[in-house]
Amino acid sequence: MTESGIYLYAVTSEAGDACLSVRGVLGEPVRKIGVGDLAAYVSTVPLDQFGEEPLARLLEDLDWVGEVARAHHRVVEAVAEAGPTAPVRLVTVYSGEEQVRELLERRHDDFLAVLSRVAGRREWGVKAYVDPEAASRMAGGGTAGGDASARREAPAGRTGAGPGTAYLQRRKANLHNREDLWRHAVAWAERLHAALGEVAVAGRRHRPQDPQLSGRKEWMVLNGAYLVEEDRSAEFAAAVAAFREAATESGTGAGPGMDVELTGPWAPYSFTAVELETEGREGGAR
Amino acid sequence: MTDPGRFRPVMRESYAQPMTTGRETSNLGDILERVLDRGVVIAGDIRVNLLDIELLTIKLRLLIASVDTARELGIDWWEHDPWLTGKNRELADENRRLRDRLAAIEERLEEREGLPRRVPEQRPREVERRQHEVEPRGEDWSGAESREADRRGWERSGD
Repeated sequence: MTESGIYLYAVTSEAGDACLSVRGVLGEPVRKIGVGDLAAYVSTVPLDQFGEEPLARLLEDLDWVGEVARAHHRVVEAVAEAGPTAPVRLVTVYSGEEQVRELLERRHDDFLAVLSRVAGRREWGVKAYVDPEAASRMAGGGTAGGDASARREAPAGRTGAGPGTAYLQRRKANLHNREDLWRHAVAWAERLHAALGEVAVAGRRHRPQDPQLSGRKEWMVLNGAYLVEEDRSAEFAAAVAAFREAATESGTGAGPGMDVELTGPWAPYSFTAVELETEGREGGAR
Repeated sequence: MTDPGRFRPVMRESYAQPMTTGRETSNLGDILERVLDRGVVIAGDIRVNLLDIELLTIKLRLLIASVDTARELGIDWWEHDPWLTGKNRELADENRRLRDRLAAIEERLEEREGLPRRVPEQRPREVERRQHEVEPRGEDWSGAESREADRRGWERSGD
């Protein structure tokens, strides 16, 4: 029989049991460890996969990581449906339930502080993109005009340097356009972020996702997370929609090739990012 | 309390993005980004923690490819990422040593030019002790060492 560990998903202050119907990592049943007014949601995992050595190998396997991530997320979301939730980072495994209890006792106040921050609020994700091709096509005059004038000024064969110069000029014009486009898109994303901040309680800008991760080839100019009061969700979605519509309308400041994507509601992953030392060992080195 | 489900159908219509409307249908990229990078990080007496594992490969492959884009947006997250800054002790140490040596060189240049020194006051006792431990390897090196001792003193008093 393999040794097992306790996989911790999330900590909550709500005593609901609804989330216990959800299966955890590797299809294992999820259970609750309650200590006072806090509860931790955990499941048992085999250490032949979740021990340090096998993990180092398995984490290279993106299919495995994807499965674990989805299961982790599923449990976290179910817990978050029931009440304020502090999601714990992927693959936090304890030797036994006793240590999880100790964690809840020792870090009781920290957890309560985090939970009270997110209570009654949900996280929404907003990503903004600009499609450089669409935008430069629509900018019309931009690239195409530049090309044409460059060609007129330096017809091929007139001088030895002609075609090369023309090429360089075209290239320069192109780069200028891309830079302008980029600056424009970044400024637009700033405005969007600020506008959403008016409705949200808190906002975070995360690094833009790689196209491989986003599944879109456009430039991501905003990868924001917003903590929004539950009763302002509609207002928030409307603010996003307004920006999106403005972006696609012609003749407005936003310009073509811009797009906004709203995801959620999520458990408050982005607003519970705290680091807890469970032992004084490091002497507050961080 | 508002039912969050009420808003989802609306979004699905207006965004036509069935892959991004939460729950089971959320796209894996968004999920990975959240579960790997956000939420509560617990270190200490636990059996396994991603912090203990060389996770850089997956992080690099999945998330860090857009460093240039991030830099252009003025986001310097990697400088504060515990996985990058905490785990890579060796690199960090080497970095610090190099910075210290650079500072020592600058210091000497300034001395030569007769400019006031901008380094904090040294702590003589510790510097002396450190210098004893150091193999004699030329003036530049011992200069760097004394700076290093000096720096540690600052970090400690800053806590």
